[in-house]
Amino acid sequence: MLVEGIKSRPVYMGLSIQPRARRHIFALEGEGAHALLDRKAALDSTALSRSEILYAPRGSQGKGNDEALRALGADMFFAAPTIATLLFRLRGTLTTAHMGTRLYIAGTEGFIGQAMIVALDHGMDHASVITEHRGSLARRVQCVHCKGVTEDVTHSPFPCGHCGLPLLVRDHYSRRLGAFQGVNIDAEEPGSAPDPEELFL
Amino acid sequence: MAIAFKQETFRDDFSYRNSAENIRRFPFPFDRDEYMYAVNMEPHVKGQKGTAFENLIDIDEHYVAEMRDRALVLKEDPLRYQALPHMMAAQWDTLELLMEEQAVGFPEHFTLARNGDQWRWINRPLGIDDTFTFGDRSTLPCEPLEYITRQAQGDFCIVDQRDGNLWMDAGMVTTQADWSLDFDIGMNFMEWHGPVPLAHQMGVFDRALKFLLNLQQGKPTRRFNWTMTINPRLDTSPENYHKWGPDRATVTTGNVGDKVHLRVEVQSLWRLPRSNAILFVIRCYLMNMNELVTVPKWARRFPRVLRTLPPELIDYKGLTRYRQTTIDWLSKFDDGEPTSPGTFPD
Ligand code: HEM
Repeated sequence: MLVEGIKSRPVYMGLSIQPRARRHIFALEGEGAHALLDRKAALDSTALSRSEILYAPRGSQGKGNDEALRALGADMFFAAPTIATLLFRLRGTLTTAHMGTRLYIAGTEGFIGQAMIVALDHGMDHASVITEHRGSLARRVQCVHCKGVTEDVTHSPFPCGHCGLPLLVRDHYSRRLGAFQGVNIDAEEPGSAPDPEELFL
Repeated sequence: MAIAFKQETFRDDFSYRNSAENIRRFPFPFDRDEYMYAVNMEPHVKGQKGTAFENLIDIDEHYVAEMRDRALVLKEDPLRYQALPHMMAAQWDTLELLMEEQAVGFPEHFTLARNGDQWRWINRPLGIDDTFTFGDRSTLPCEPLEYITRQAQGDFCIVDQRDGNLWMDAGMVTTQADWSLDFDIGMNFMEWHGPVPLAHQMGVFDRALKFLLNLQQGKPTRRFNWTMTINPRLDTSPENYHKWGPDRATVTTGNVGDKVHLRVEVQSLWRLPRSNAILFVIRCYLMNMNELVTVPKWARRFPRVLRTLPPELIDYKGLTRYRQTTIDWLSKFDDGEPTSPGTFPD
């Protein structure tokens, strides 16, 4: 479970299939595949004939779902080798999407954040996008100093992947950046950073 | 009366100081000997001459130096100014409001002449004399919000009102107390206030939001916020925290008077006419402890306030390392006498 009470963090309500949508686009990462597979019952043949599934396998639990997803029999299925290629395809899909299209995103929080940015860039309202968190609690973190984003952060503090400053991972989330905020932890006394703790597994 | 603008710095050699007159007009925020968060909003109406409330948009002796500091910040980090595309009407609203208020309040320094949508703006302290077409972005050297906030003291956010919430969709933020516009832009009222301790649970933000959603044009409101800053540094941004953070470890009994500053924000909120957005002005005032103790009432009150502060606020405001040293130093000036109600000097 994600920690609750972070006001700026989105609430991921779970993939509820919207029966009246004219098109369903599922962007799934790793264990996010199960968010859809677990809702097989809600997917009738009409819904499936209007569905496009994009899937990027990831992590030990989140691989090998290609066949199960393909077997759902959606109108379109795309297995992306990486998150970047999935997002590229999602951009293309949303560019030609029409009214009545529903976007569903499931996977780690970092993936949801990145796919949400694509949706926002295409003028979708964040509140209309349906999301479910699955998989690790690792965070996507933006260094507030150099603005570099580090993916899959499990420890705090951790060294910024770009400028190297030891960063405290704050409980403050920006939807626009799809990231938590990282702030230099030993700024007031350089060299005094505590040992990293594994907080987001 | 014309203001004598100071040549001074908010960085490097930190030559910023307040004149004796400017200390008297300092907006000391505490009306009693303790402090806790509250929905502390009051009508933003003109106050007495010789106070920071003499005009609704305040200019003081630090204007020119503060504008120079803003320009330096923007050269290093242009992301301190941002505006989402749908905020253009609100940008023009803001330009109009700030030009009008500055011209009315300080006619010897600013002049606004309008002829239909042909406007001429004269800013004497900064040597600007520009003619432009109101509403036509191409007639200004930059976007209207950036243009006017490079010529107005304080930070500025414009919040858009929709879906029963306020959204931080534009801003000029170079003199902030440790928050990032680049990170917060696009957030709603509850989201950008996320890091603030205690106030959510107290219901402060629910009530404040409700109040603001009903803010009327022509009836601006204001509130105080405050923190402390080591050295007279305007740019205490999270972006540069690794540069100014070490200052907090430099406070000693010997240098409290010079180094430790009370940082007060007079925040005013204005409903904008065309866009229905709200302009949030965060006007920052800095005063070091040597200056503060020249007013006996403030010298008694401030250490008492610091003593009563809840631990969550001490931590959030970043006072942990130097609060006690500051209380000890200030206590010399507190004879234990009762203080009079209200914020102004006796
Ligand atoms: C639309 C107008 C407003 C804007 C744009 C705004 C913005 C902010 C921001 C960016 C912060 C810093 C949060 C952080 O730590 O990252 C803050 C702090 C805070 N705000 Fe607001 N705010 C607004 C109105 C209000 C109102 C009306 C209240 C009334 C109760 C309020 C109460 C507070 C408090 C208590 C803090 C903590 C300050 C401290 O202890 O230093 N704000 N605000």
